[in-house]
Amino acid sequence: MKPRPATVRIAAGQGFWGDWLEAPYRQVTGGPVDYLMMDYLAEVTMSILQKQKSRDPSLGYAKDFIPLMERILPIVAQRRIKITANAGGVNPRGCAQAVAEIARRLRLKGKLRIGVVTGDDLLGRLDGLLARGHELRNLDTDRRLSDVRDRVVSANAYLGAWPVVEALGRGADVVVTGRVTDTGLTLAPMIHAFGWRPDAWDLLAAGTVAGHTIECGAQCSGGNCLVDWERIPDLAHVGYPIVDAAPDGTFEITKHPGTGGRISVAGVKEQLVYEMGNPAEYITPDCIADFTTIRLEQKGKDRVRVSGVKGRPATDKLKVSIGYFYGYKAVGTLVYAWPDAYKKAQAADRILRQRLADLGLKFESVLTEFVGADATHGPLARANAPLDHLPEVQLRIGVRSPDRAAVERFTREIAPLILNGPPSVTGFAGGRPKPEEIVAYWPALLDKGMVEPCVEVVDV
Amino acid sequence: MKKADRKRRVPLLELAHARSGDKGDTANVGLIALKPEYYPILVKHVTAARVARHFKGMISGPVERYELPNLHALNFLLHGALDGGGTISLKTDAQGKVFSTALLRLELELPK
Repeated sequence: MKPRPATVRIAAGQGFWGDWLEAPYRQVTGGPVDYLMMDYLAEVTMSILQKQKSRDPSLGYAKDFIPLMERILPIVAQRRIKITANAGGVNPRGCAQAVAEIARRLRLKGKLRIGVVTGDDLLGRLDGLLARGHELRNLDTDRRLSDVRDRVVSANAYLGAWPVVEALGRGADVVVTGRVTDTGLTLAPMIHAFGWRPDAWDLLAAGTVAGHTIECGAQCSGGNCLVDWERIPDLAHVGYPIVDAAPDGTFEITKHPGTGGRISVAGVKEQLVYEMGNPAEYITPDCIADFTTIRLEQKGKDRVRVSGVKGRPATDKLKVSIGYFYGYKAVGTLVYAWPDAYKKAQAADRILRQRLADLGLKFESVLTEFVGADATHGPLARANAPLDHLPEVQLRIGVRSPDRAAVERFTREIAPLILNGPPSVTGFAGGRPKPEEIVAYWPALLDKGMVEPCVEVVDV
Repeated sequence: MKKADRKRRVPLLELAHARSGDKGDTANVGLIALKPEYYPILVKHVTAARVARHFKGMISGPVERYELPNLHALNFLLHGALDGGGTISLKTDAQGKVFSTALLRLELELPK
């Protein structure tokens, strides 16, 4: 039997699709790491990818993953760094094929194995599931999925760490997945490295907490960090987080030496509470983690130790993320200058709303915000703002409707205000806003037995 | 001495930091004490009812509160905060990213 490592180092390379392209390169070159973890998928990303795949069946994955692999594969192959990434979106096989082509071009043939995790995509199985009595009710509204069935554009179950563990166990160097949980991508290397059992709930919970801590990349190493923000050093060269994990479930959060940012107890706390529901029940496919048991300790400069994590058995359900067509929206903006900037923007808003009413246009919602006065903090900000003296205010008005024509007509009512509305207006260089299709999010639960993850591992 | 004189107004910004995010139409705000000794003040004064009053007119649903004494933090769920949430929302802050600092505008009346 292969000896178990004393620790394993897992580096976060991407916190979302569109994150800093330099980060993964710096993570694999800035010091020793064993794994590079990259999270690409947010709630609505799957529907965007499904749309791309419907236009071209070879697409449907995070396209910029491929040039990134081209840049770092020679380094990770040489240093034996393994990669876990849910960049596969709704086409993990297509993504893996593209990675394999790049690898062959880089003369890595015979030197690299690629793992693919599928089975999360339920779009083609929805009618069968509904027919068998799985209602996929909306977790927030309790509505039945059948209400919007004809408008569904994507449906994916959240898979956990175990299919990724299987791929690593079969020798995969790069594991490309569809909708695997953000936390599973970090937990899987720990399970694989340390041989954790499927019912070792405290250990699985610890790995899940580790995953949550680094899944948003630099958001735990100084980025978007409120506490002491002005004194966080060198964010231009911010170091993305690295988990230094031990077999007993304790781990340290750190980053490469010489990088910017900061790993502090306060900063890690901010990330731990991010997108938190009930902290005692952080539910994943792998376990339930209890965030009220986490102990944090500053072990040194840019090094925070995490211990004490308790977990409970996983539930018998998987979360399913469904995207369905909802309607259209558009947002238009104009900027009004001093004097009376706020009053002018308010007047323009009244005029615009009157014109929309005169045209008989019906919207599900019309929302006005005055950027510079109340867009972020609403009435809490207005109460204290020097509204009569603001140097400028941006009028930002949005509409939403199932009727595309109404939204389209709205977009033509912004520009006329420049010459036929209140004075001192500018900032319209972007042109007319475009009506945008809305794909809405429908969270549901499904019996675990209904989803069969599929793992393939191929040589390049 | 009048009763009012024995109170002082303390902005929450001086006692805590915060981060917020979204889940559907719900914004969460994690409120973290800047010093461990401030945590009991947060537990006592920053109640779900007080936060609901603070955000009156900005959210359409109830406020839930959870305690994380291990992190000296409270977690608030603000339901109906995001105009439908995610892609539906017309708000600048469609993902509830700055409800965190909006909560820090709260002023507490503490004994002197």
